[in-house]
Amino acid sequence: MIGTNRYIGSPVERIEDLRFLRGRGQFVGDLKRESMLHAAILRSPVAHGLIAAINPAAALAIAGVRAVITAKDVGGVPRIPLRLLPLPGTERFLQPVIAADRVRYVGEPVAVALADSPALAEDGVGAIALDIEELPPVPDRHVSGRGDILLYEEAGTNAAMIFTGDKGDADAAFRDADYVGRHRFAVQRHTALPMEPRGVLAEWDAAQGRMTVLGAAKVPFFNRDTLAAMLGLLPAEVDLIENDVGGGFGARGEFYPEDFLIPFAARHVGRPVRWLEDRREHLTAMNHARQADCEIEIACRSDGTILGVRGEVFVDLGAYVRTNGLIQPRTLAQCLTGPYRVPNVRITSTALLTNKTPSGTYRAPGRYEGSFFCERLIELAARDLGIDSAEMRLRNLISGGEMPYRLPRLEPVGPAGDTECDSGDYRETLERCLAEFGWEEKRALQGREIDGRYHGLAVACFIEGGGAGPKETARLDLEADGTASVYVGSTAVGQGLETVMAQIAADTLGMPLGQVRVLHGSTPFLDEGYGAFASRSTVLGGSAVFEAANALLAEIRAAAGARLGCAAEQVEVEDGYARAPDGRSLAFADLAAGGLRVTTAFGNDNRLTYTYGSAAAHVAVDPGTGDVELLDCLVVEDVGRIVNPLTLHGQAIGGMVQGLGGAFLEHLVYDATGQLLAGNLADYLIPTATDFPKIRAIALENHRSPSNPLGVKGAGEGAIIPIGGLMANAVANALASFGAMPNQLPLSSARVWHMGSAKKSTGSSE
Amino acid sequence: MRVSFRINGDPVAVEVEPRLHLADCLRDVLSLTGTHLGCEHGACGACTVIVDGTAVRACLMLTVQAEGTSVVTVEGLSSDDALSPLQTAFRKHHALQCGFCTPGMLTTAHALLTEEPDADADRIRSALSGNLCRCTGYIPIVEAVLEARAAYRKADKP
Repeated sequence: MIGTNRYIGSPVERIEDLRFLRGRGQFVGDLKRESMLHAAILRSPVAHGLIAAINPAAALAIAGVRAVITAKDVGGVPRIPLRLLPLPGTERFLQPVIAADRVRYVGEPVAVALADSPALAEDGVGAIALDIEELPPVPDRHVSGRGDILLYEEAGTNAAMIFTGDKGDADAAFRDADYVGRHRFAVQRHTALPMEPRGVLAEWDAAQGRMTVLGAAKVPFFNRDTLAAMLGLLPAEVDLIENDVGGGFGARGEFYPEDFLIPFAARHVGRPVRWLEDRREHLTAMNHARQADCEIEIACRSDGTILGVRGEVFVDLGAYVRTNGLIQPRTLAQCLTGPYRVPNVRITSTALLTNKTPSGTYRAPGRYEGSFFCERLIELAARDLGIDSAEMRLRNLISGGEMPYRLPRLEPVGPAGDTECDSGDYRETLERCLAEFGWEEKRALQGREIDGRYHGLAVACFIEGGGAGPKETARLDLEADGTASVYVGSTAVGQGLETVMAQIAADTLGMPLGQVRVLHGSTPFLDEGYGAFASRSTVLGGSAVFEAANALLAEIRAAAGARLGCAAEQVEVEDGYARAPDGRSLAFADLAAGGLRVTTAFGNDNRLTYTYGSAAAHVAVDPGTGDVELLDCLVVEDVGRIVNPLTLHGQAIGGMVQGLGGAFLEHLVYDATGQLLAGNLADYLIPTATDFPKIRAIALENHRSPSNPLGVKGAGEGAIIPIGGLMANAVANALASFGAMPNQLPLSSARVWHMGSAKKSTGSSE
Repeated sequence: MRVSFRINGDPVAVEVEPRLHLADCLRDVLSLTGTHLGCEHGACGACTVIVDGTAVRACLMLTVQAEGTSVVTVEGLSSDDALSPLQTAFRKHHALQCGFCTPGMLTTAHALLTEEPDADADRIRSALSGNLCRCTGYIPIVEAVLEARAAYRKADKP
């Protein structure tokens, strides 16, 4: 039970802002230790090859270079385990923490130089002689699928995993259909790109046998256990410390090679070691994401009712299966049809290995790509059937009466991977979106030329699976001064975790916000915990804090009742005081002496929450330049329950702009030899302040999630999902008279210009 | 080399290698870690500081070039006890999430509004377009800077 709710539901200004605004954040690069050495990493300059020799002699001859570490020094080179979906067969494709005899992508770690300064460490890296016998590379998934060049000969295949999503009888549905449309679509390789590059600072205490690692993020408890096993230590002998983290978006904080190499180096040399990634290495070292293409079909009745979707999806996974690398192909197989009622589905999703940086999750993994595929497919069906875009979607959205709605069965996971949409009325957000956007009035502009620019409108709908994974733990301590300390296993990657958790705890305990402090993420705070992924922090961490706070409240009441001579349930709690019915009261500080502390774990048996929503956009396209101006873009989503409208709105707007980056700008281009051609922020373009100023987001809380006591749903990844499909459909509709078929992202100016420069109505397809 | 300049109003003298850029000097020599490095080639703007009133990329300026100048970093934008009006507006509008790009946004906006307290939304967007933010989508940052203009107008005409 929540009391007065002064904070939950209010736009509470963030606690963490006070330090960030004054330049007092503590990011890993801000931290130093006495006698610390600096690490730089030699990375493979070729995409595929056999290591013939590594000679560090010239590096070690540089004054100030203290050591060079290679696979030989590591000995039995550990491989990085999968955190999610560790399915049989995947063990063949796990990444070693350092390349021993073979390199499989440009950027793969080969050696670590340790020196007195970062510059000297880089000098050291430059002086290491590395001799690699090049092998022919597998530059894309087509070559990979042919299998004549193998990344792992012993495996005999480049297919890391094949998922299928199955529901009903897809083939029968296609036999009976009035209409069948079949298309190819592709989403380009791009990446999360947090503004703070990664970093690790490791300290080895030889006397105590303890390893302390600063710079942890996202999933420190899993990473602690993984690192401990690799170093031959107990989890209790390893501490991962979470500092301020400059953005995560799914990519940062997974276990990367450096998360072993830097602690290993610290123990190896017996001194603290710090490594700070530079932006160029970030672009080849950190998880890439999103690259997928498909050939899919839709079957409909002539009235637009969708009968079935089937087809094949191919994911260009890169060189190894990383910790969460299978989430994207999994989600594409299971969730491609999004919020639509599709009774018959069969999607095969094949993850193919290539000589490129391995991929992993990036905000709404698989969902952004799947939405692009699905929304294009539906838009083309609507066009062919002569049905309005919005009407087509209204007709096919899952209705409130169908909840919970089961999504396709996933193989090879089986029933354990089953998931169902939990609650809501999907038409409600679409109707609200159309009304707020002014769809009826703007429809008249569809495809029209005004002053040389062509106007296009589109609408799209989405679901966001959130709140996934194991239990989350929270501990609440009532301190001697009457304040409360909240310890939670959830991690902060910039999303406002401290504020949101403090709001939940303060309301539940009836305390002023300023008397609640939130400590999170670092492993010493709790025996167990998990972290931040799959939009789970408010759902699982928030519920754990809520339940722990309720348990602490019960203890406060009991203690106060005993002291005040009344029953616990008669005690009223407000503003840090416990009051008896006769008006006498005790301050929390007076009660804390009894040592009040509660630890609670909350889990929801992996029942996902499904935030859902709709989006609409209006673009003007200049066919002469390929320029697309976004005149309006709106997302309306229902998140179950809003804890902080300010931070939630920030998640929505920020997600939309990231999605626009993927739709128009961001592209990790590789050449045929596996060299990355977008290795800096002048080549890898993300949105700037001038690019997309006209965007709006509205959040509703009409349908709570039944999966947790707060009724909240994961809400960090929804608004990005529909953006790719929405933009492609808006551009397609704008340039309909040119027969434009924008079936690949990104919608770069060159690509749009090409579509718009084709002679009117003769058609141009990509 | 010995280099003397003012940092957030106070005179400093540092002994640095000629190759040390100003951002590394601020962070490593002067322990002013509020200035962040996001790319080290002038593309992201996180390291923006104000040198003699002009917003510059501290990763593209050598420490020796700061000789005789007056440098203001994010640490110099407010007193210990209170946020500046610009910082207050950032907080109110939720113009920061992870906080990593924030110092560069604040210094860029402060330099702009000091010179142009009537800058309109387009001018603000243009001035901030060299500062990358991956979290906010920029909308709330522009709103915050628009709101902070009033304080700079007042400061202009005491």
